[in-house]
Amino acid sequence: MNLTLKVWRQKDAKSPGRFETYAAKNISSHASFLEMLDVVNEDLIAKGEEPIHFDSDCREGICGTCSMVINGLAHGGQKGTTVCQLHMRFFHEGDVITIEPWRAKPFPIVRDLVVNRTAFDRIIQAGGYVSVRTGSAPDANAIPVPKGNAELSMDAAQCIGCGACVAACRNASAMLFMSAKIGHLGYLPQGQAERSRRALAMVRTHDVEGFGSCTNQYECEAVCPKEISVAYIARMNRDFAVANLKEALGAH
Amino acid sequence: MSTAAATAAVRKPSALGAFYASTIGKKWIVALSGLVLVGFVIGHLVGNLQIFLPPAYINAYAANLKALGPLLWAIRLGLFVFFVLHVVNTIQLRQRSAEARPERYAVERKKRATKASLTMIVSGLILLAFIIFHLLHFTLTAIPTANVHVMEPFTGGERHDVYKMVVGGFQNPAVSIFYLISMGLLCLHLSHGFQSVFQTLGLRTAKLGPLLNGVSIALGWFLFLGNAAIVLAILFRFVK
Amino acid sequence: MSTLSPSKTTSDGVMEDTLDGHVPKGPIENSWERYKGEVKLINPANKRKHDIIVVGSGLAGGSSAATLAELGYQVKCFCYQDSARRAHSIAAQGGINAAKNYQNDGDSVYRLFYDTIKGGDFRSREENVWRLAEVSRNIIDQCVAQGVPFAREYGGALANRSFGGAQVSRTFYARGQTGQQLMLGAYQALSAQIHAGGVTMFPHCEMLDLIVIDGHAKGIVVRDLWTGEISTHLAHAVVLATGGYGNVFFLSTNARGCNVTATFRAHKRGAFFANPCYTQIHPTCIPVSGDYQSKLTLMSESLRNDGRVWAPKKAGDKRPPQQIPEDERDYFLERKYPSFGNLAPRDISSRAAKEACDQGRGVGESGLGVYLDFAESISRLGVEVVRERYGNLFDMYEKITGENAYQQPMRIFPAVHYTMGGLWVDYNLMSNLPGLHVIGEANFSDHGANRLGASALMQGLADGYFVLPYTIGVYLASDAGKKMPKADDPQIAALKNDVIARQNLLLNIKGKRTPSSYHRELGLLMWDKCGMARNRDGLQAALQRIPELRAEFYQNLNVTGEVGGTNQALEIASRVADYLEFGELMCFDALHREESCGGHFREEYQTKDGEAQRDDENYAYVAAWEHKGVGQTPYLHKEPLEFKKAHLAVRNYK
Ligand SMILES: Cc1cc2nc3c(=O)[nH]c(=O)nc-3n(C[C@H](O)[C@H](O)[C@H](O)COP(=O)(O)OP(=O)(O)OC[C@H]3O[C@@H](n4cnc5c(N)ncnc54)[C@H](O)[C@@H]3O)c2cc1C
Ligand code: HEM
Ligand code: HEM
Ligand code: SF4
Ligand code: F3S
Ligand code: FES
Repeated sequence: MNLTLKVWRQKDAKSPGRFETYAAKNISSHASFLEMLDVVNEDLIAKGEEPIHFDSDCREGICGTCSMVINGLAHGGQKGTTVCQLHMRFFHEGDVITIEPWRAKPFPIVRDLVVNRTAFDRIIQAGGYVSVRTGSAPDANAIPVPKGNAELSMDAAQCIGCGACVAACRNASAMLFMSAKIGHLGYLPQGQAERSRRALAMVRTHDVEGFGSCTNQYECEAVCPKEISVAYIARMNRDFAVANLKEALGAH
Repeated sequence: MSTAAATAAVRKPSALGAFYASTIGKKWIVALSGLVLVGFVIGHLVGNLQIFLPPAYINAYAANLKALGPLLWAIRLGLFVFFVLHVVNTIQLRQRSAEARPERYAVERKKRATKASLTMIVSGLILLAFIIFHLLHFTLTAIPTANVHVMEPFTGGERHDVYKMVVGGFQNPAVSIFYLISMGLLCLHLSHGFQSVFQTLGLRTAKLGPLLNGVSIALGWFLFLGNAAIVLAILFRFVK
Repeated sequence: MSTLSPSKTTSDGVMEDTLDGHVPKGPIENSWERYKGEVKLINPANKRKHDIIVVGSGLAGGSSAATLAELGYQVKCFCYQDSARRAHSIAAQGGINAAKNYQNDGDSVYRLFYDTIKGGDFRSREENVWRLAEVSRNIIDQCVAQGVPFAREYGGALANRSFGGAQVSRTFYARGQTGQQLMLGAYQALSAQIHAGGVTMFPHCEMLDLIVIDGHAKGIVVRDLWTGEISTHLAHAVVLATGGYGNVFFLSTNARGCNVTATFRAHKRGAFFANPCYTQIHPTCIPVSGDYQSKLTLMSESLRNDGRVWAPKKAGDKRPPQQIPEDERDYFLERKYPSFGNLAPRDISSRAAKEACDQGRGVGESGLGVYLDFAESISRLGVEVVRERYGNLFDMYEKITGENAYQQPMRIFPAVHYTMGGLWVDYNLMSNLPGLHVIGEANFSDHGANRLGASALMQGLADGYFVLPYTIGVYLASDAGKKMPKADDPQIAALKNDVIARQNLLLNIKGKRTPSSYHRELGLLMWDKCGMARNRDGLQAALQRIPELRAEFYQNLNVTGEVGGTNQALEIASRVADYLEFGELMCFDALHREESCGGHFREEYQTKDGEAQRDDENYAYVAAWEHKGVGQTPYLHKEPLEFKKAHLAVRNYK
């Protein structure tokens, strides 16, 4: 099939960006969206032009590297699908496709469609873990975990840290990402000791990084490639309030 | 920002101050105050629906409220505080979020967000204008309309004919239309806002979600239809 | 080197001094305990004075960086991705082995040890494997404590599944995303240490060279992939945890960015590369669909627990699978290997599928595929149970192929998946270059000629959490280990300039062909000549072709853009340049090893019924190659393998 692409090109964070139009010719409908871009890029390089820069690594929907907004929807808007897993069979001959980077102040553009998501790492560094010294763990079966909680924990733990939730949220809020980690650890007995500390530290870092606040649009859940539920945001809101209350009462 | 700088900035003087300054803290305040305001508008509507009864009812209701004296003032003050908190925090959050997304997308599409959820600040701000107008209109009676007709002036202890005032007020089509639009926006605001409170307060689960959405929309319509019924009944002279 | 005949090369290249793996003497059962009791310790105050560079943030790199920092060392950790969490370990699906015996099915350290040695076709070092099996148990404890949400039974205890090459159920899993969850556990441990200040993280930085000063590895040269800046970093010791080189085949299940650059550059600076020809072909991947394809997707081996592999009995049978009656189907794994059936080890299953396709019985448009059928399990267990176990894999399959595997069998075909070869290391996980330690998939150590499923995650975490943090002390406690080069040492600036020159060289060719087109061509060649089956003629042809391709690359390459700033074309070109040298070494090793073992199948050496034929008399050794210049014959160092505990035997899965 043949398509027209309107792609955001921007040399680096400081330079101004603009849309460029490219033709994508003879694309197989079995190809993935990124493979389509590969084909376009091979043509560009052959012509001596710089390729469209975009991020990707695993190309199987698990590393969370790929990231672009396609026709207004993060990852292209297919249910539970990263853009590397989005296939061209969902497009039609002659389609005009607009491709933009994640847009959020805490995600400055590195180049073209590549953005800097290290703010996510700093949110995790603030408290998204269980502090346990290597070698000091008790036997793995010493603490039983009810299957239901293990499943709820796993549902949240699937977050791939792609940032689509921020990209899709009109407030550029990272609540879904953050709540996924807080939910993952919060449903496990191992995560209880640091539950309050974690919520306080992560949310405060989120705010310092400049993400927006949540107004419960649920758009994040709709585009999340791992279909993380906004119920985790609700749970985090509760955890955060309780943690503050405990802190105010000196109950730590 | 470096990790060290981030940690330094993360440390805030007092726990409650930090809560108030945080995105989620502000959200809580918006939700709690929103809930109080919802309670008020429901009560207010129920009271106002007495307009369909003989005038004595609503006038007695107003008089009874007045009779609360200092308690009334306490309630008014409370309402006012929640109202200010609601407005101030929503505006602050909106500002913050606008800063977080300095550049907009060329193509905007949404899958789940609704007209109502995306326009909370617009519906809210118009509601703010409405409420100012409304207070001038009925509480301070500072809006001169052709039909304003208060039986007796506000002299302490005098009978205050709310019934006449309201009926007089809505006989003016311009005023009525403004009220109707505002009631529409209130409906919109709450059709998203009510279920949103549960999410913010951490009471919404994936299972409860659809039910809450339904209740929220129903509440919006109930308030719209109830309020609009009053305005329309007067405008079209069913209630005179 | 292509002009040299292999036999001549062997006698020519072999150095008489054999390599010493520095294994602890004495009985194997408590060798690791004894070692730990005797190894030199560094006191906490001194640890703070030691800087360690860890390249890689995968299971091996992430876990070691975190643990080393916990112990008090100053760690600098590098990865090429924009975040440490995205290392390729994240993609592992199936599970991680551990000799916990929670199923009470007779598992033990010995059994895991033996399965690994046997699975590796008796080409691994016994002591290392024993240690691996022993610490496997601690890994599960550690990960659970970190909050890894492993699958559970209703009673709250950990669940297990079976994996290829084992008759016990010892694989721990988190749905089909075990690697992801273990990876996030390591990433979180790393994040905690970054927060505490023990680790400085350098994401989006690619190592382009190793700094060797007076024969000791003391630093690295990196390019910041965002700014293009080339910088040098020094340390008392360097740890490489940079993963495997499967992408030499272009199409593999590896992530796009996986590269041989880090290990190959170290090799060019003196580190021996061991057994590069041992590559693993995974039997259950989604078949190739077109020449635009950028990677292959694995369907976890765990699917073989409940899926049955078959091909039509008749060659050229193009009927849809549902229309092929039961008695016209050949469940070839069950037929050929009745006791292991669909759970036969990877190399064996892959070859069986290839054999079916070679006989014209392949399915799908290309004829390169066999069926993996769940109809029987679905009728036995119900759709829901199957969905719970493999739902995400079925979804992934549907996304890629547009086919629903609940209704029709999956089509699968083998694909390059893992590389057993890697930099040579001794028992301390240190290479022959003092100071350079290599862990995870990047080293050659524990899997011999074939890795069993669910053992790579185990090895990466064993190395990172429980082995290297002890063994690195041996070097650091030595006199050389205490030395740190001066930042203004001219050797360092020279290395940096060398890297810059290399980048400019690539940029200034200004030819016609894209970097990826060379990669694709090299990959096809490698798959064809050095893939699932190899033979002398093919390997010699490849050794002829690769230098030609390399020469063309340096004449006709087109890399757009500049050194500064983000330049993905340059990143690719720089990796391909290394593959073009490394591919030659791989073929060379494959040619020299005149036997079939594990993933290395030489067509000349097979039994009558097509099984691999090992030659223990002549090849029971590790082949560790020393670089002698591009296009020069490498030197072969042999580390003989002795089997004291697991006796050499024919690998039989019938
Ligand atoms: C699809 C798939 C499924 C798998 N499933 C399983 C399974 O179920 N069970 C199992 O046991 N094993 C499985 N494996 C194998 C296993 O995942 C890997 O062998 C293992 O994760 C490797 O870990 P590692 O830490 O050694 O390397 P990796 O995780 O590959 O990490 C390499 C690190 O090095 C960095 N790096 C690489 N090159 C450079 C450079 N030049 N400069 C700077 N940094 C660099 C990368 O950024 C990364 O951080 C699977 C593998 C694949 C591909
Ligand atoms: C048709 C609909 C409405 C009618 C007929 C109505 C009528 C009135 C009347 C008569 C009063 C004055 C009471 C008095 O001073 O004794 C009043 C006060 C007030 N109304 Fe309304 N109202 C309507 C809708 C609303 C709505 C939608 C809101 C809020 C969103 C609102 C908020 C208020 C407030 C805040 C006061 C002041 C209360 C006080 O003085 O304590 N009203 N209203
Ligand atoms: C008058 C000016 C008003 C403004 C500017 C305003 C604005 C807003 C905004 C922007 C939100 C979304 C915030 C969020 O979801 O976090 C919001 C939420 C809400 N508002 Fe208002 N509003 C106003 C008046 C009212 C009134 C009169 C009511 C009461 C009936 C009300 C009830 C609510 C509720 C219930 C929410 C949901 C809170 C939540 O999200 O949890 N608002 N308001
Ligand atoms: S919550 Fe979903 S959208 Fe957000 S980072 Fe995680 S996986 Fe991506
Ligand atoms: S879209 Fe944004 S507003 Fe909240 S629910 Fe999701 S973060
Ligand atoms: S490239 Fe890894 S998730 Fe898309």
